[in-house]
Amino acid sequence: MSVDQELTTPLALAGPRPDAPAAIRVEDLHKSFRIPTQRVDSLKERAVHPFASREYRELRALDGVSFEIRQGEFFGIVGRNGSGKSTLLKLLASIYRADSGRIQIAGRLAPFIELGVGFNQELTARENVLLNGVMMGLTPKEVREREDAVIDFAELHDFADLKLKNYSSGMLVRLAFSVMLQADADVLLIDEVLAVGDAAFQQKCADAFRQMKREGKTIVLVTHDMAAVEEYCHRALLIADGKVQYLGSPAMAGNEYLKLNFEGGTTTGAGSGESEGVKVHECKLVDENGEETFTLEERQPIRFRLALELEQETSALHLRFVLANADDLGIFEFGTLLTEEAGDDLAPGKRLTAAVAIENRLAAGRYFLNCGIHSPAGINLFLPKAVTFVVFGTKETRGVISPDFEINVAPEDDR
Amino acid sequence: MSTDVQVPTAELREVNGPSALGGGSRRFADLLWLISVTEFKRVYFGTVLGYLWSLIRPLLLFGVLLLVFTQVFRVGGDQVEHYAVYLLMGIVLYTFFSEATSNAVTSVVSQEGVVRKTQFPRAVIPLATTLTSLFNLLLNLIIVLVFLLAFGVTPAWSWLLFPIALVFLFVGAAGSSMALSALYVRYRDTAIIWMVASQALLYLTPILYPVNSFGEETKEHLLMWNPLSVIFEQVRVWVLHEPAAPTAVQAAGGWLGLIPAAIIYFGVCGFGVWYFSREAPRIAEAL
Repeated sequence: MSVDQELTTPLALAGPRPDAPAAIRVEDLHKSFRIPTQRVDSLKERAVHPFASREYRELRALDGVSFEIRQGEFFGIVGRNGSGKSTLLKLLASIYRADSGRIQIAGRLAPFIELGVGFNQELTARENVLLNGVMMGLTPKEVREREDAVIDFAELHDFADLKLKNYSSGMLVRLAFSVMLQADADVLLIDEVLAVGDAAFQQKCADAFRQMKREGKTIVLVTHDMAAVEEYCHRALLIADGKVQYLGSPAMAGNEYLKLNFEGGTTTGAGSGESEGVKVHECKLVDENGEETFTLEERQPIRFRLALELEQETSALHLRFVLANADDLGIFEFGTLLTEEAGDDLAPGKRLTAAVAIENRLAAGRYFLNCGIHSPAGINLFLPKAVTFVVFGTKETRGVISPDFEINVAPEDDR
Repeated sequence: MSTDVQVPTAELREVNGPSALGGGSRRFADLLWLISVTEFKRVYFGTVLGYLWSLIRPLLLFGVLLLVFTQVFRVGGDQVEHYAVYLLMGIVLYTFFSEATSNAVTSVVSQEGVVRKTQFPRAVIPLATTLTSLFNLLLNLIIVLVFLLAFGVTPAWSWLLFPIALVFLFVGAAGSSMALSALYVRYRDTAIIWMVASQALLYLTPILYPVNSFGEETKEHLLMWNPLSVIFEQVRVWVLHEPAAPTAVQAAGGWLGLIPAAIIYFGVCGFGVWYFSREAPRIAEAL
């Protein structure tokens, strides 16, 4: 495989063979936590009240979850905070024990849960590499053979004998990441750590991921970052309230995830809001047929509709929109000014609908539309993230826009 | 292309969550050894005075007690031929037991980060603290050996039996450590209770005084209910080989007299293993 091919092969497309055997099989998994309402936490109390009834509140974290991951698959598990995804992760990693149900895993599993917590701050990097490797199931001899490679990959050669308490967080992350990579496990379990280190190290990690995919490793990524899931994963599982909400393509899982956020979310601005003088009835992204949507393909025009009702007298109304990306970087701004002089009817009780269509040159990713409505008479309504949507595409690209372009490359005439 | 890769075929295995001992005996042993050795090294090479510090504590205790019991109370001299060595050996062995168990109490909780984020046989933690203390003990025993020879105790074949006593002491300390570390996860006053209890053990074991100093058989028999007494008394017989010293069996009034000590000893160890195994799967949640 040439370098060019490697660069152009989108990470998410090279999936496992359809007949690949299962790497992880989970059947009807249940897990609940008992939260004592009255805690007996000393031996003294226990001795004084030996038969004090223990009252518990049951918190059901997982309620009958089943799925199967094939070998060689890059699998995403997504969900909001408190959905049960972290519990699922810890069950897979053998940190918690399930109440009922089955988990089967083929081969060795290396968990990578939070950055470097398995490390002992008092020991040097070298000692920690050894300890961690053995914890992941290697023999001390195997670890010693890889030790230098691990430290080199983490770019920590000069600090190998320094105690970890003197490390910066970036160094810790790098060390943790390379320990995991070198563990040579068949299944990797990764918890929101894709964005580690500086740009150069991230590039190295991405290369390492590609390498692991080529080797047919199974990777499970647990995150709430939909962009990462759509970038890396073949399939995704959306978990909500301890149940499987959706299992399938990452893009669809992303859709469902956004829907969930809309239903339960208050901070994202569910597309309606109120202020003195104006009421927003609707603010949503729509497709060609006027149906609400949350995703757009690359180049598919951005259309959205804003419906509002005026509740006070005003001579002018200013509609402003700012489109921003996931990093809250404003990409462009647009808007319009409605005035009575220009013939717009701005009487109280009047309902207005604005339909917007914008040419879509956005790169794949997640975007927000912030919306502002102002008037000289004092209407001042701001709807941050009034619309959230995902643009998905097959091309990996840097930057926030992907304009059309033409490149002509010709050999320079020999002089 | 990347789709044509050789997919490694591994068998599906059942995953049952964390446990006290699970995950293969090889890995268990590797982890146990590695953790105790690194901890030992950290203590000894981590600080300037390193080893001296852990030696100073028993030696200081030894010096004070020697002064008190030979000059003030005059317990030693009459019944024990080499009282100073007797006292030192008792203190060194007792220090091992109390250090191992008191470090173990908080061990699981203080390793919270590791327990909640990684998967490994949980029993490694309390056992590693016990093993680290054993390394300390082995070093301290060198000092005891020097004292033995300096005070004119002649080496004897029965010295070779000493490791038997050491094994019993180690297993007892390990069993207690498992029980205490698991109890502490749920009941935080375990640490305080154990501090008092292990202080009491110092006086309820024939360390400062020889078992035959009571001159009253019932009290001797009762003292032999304490499993540590049995071990310490037998060490005295084997290592100091004084003709006057009663063996543990004699002090207990026959083999039957050792039954209570055996019940307590195996009861504590059994409880430790049972309770730790029962709690192990849920320790990560309880923290």
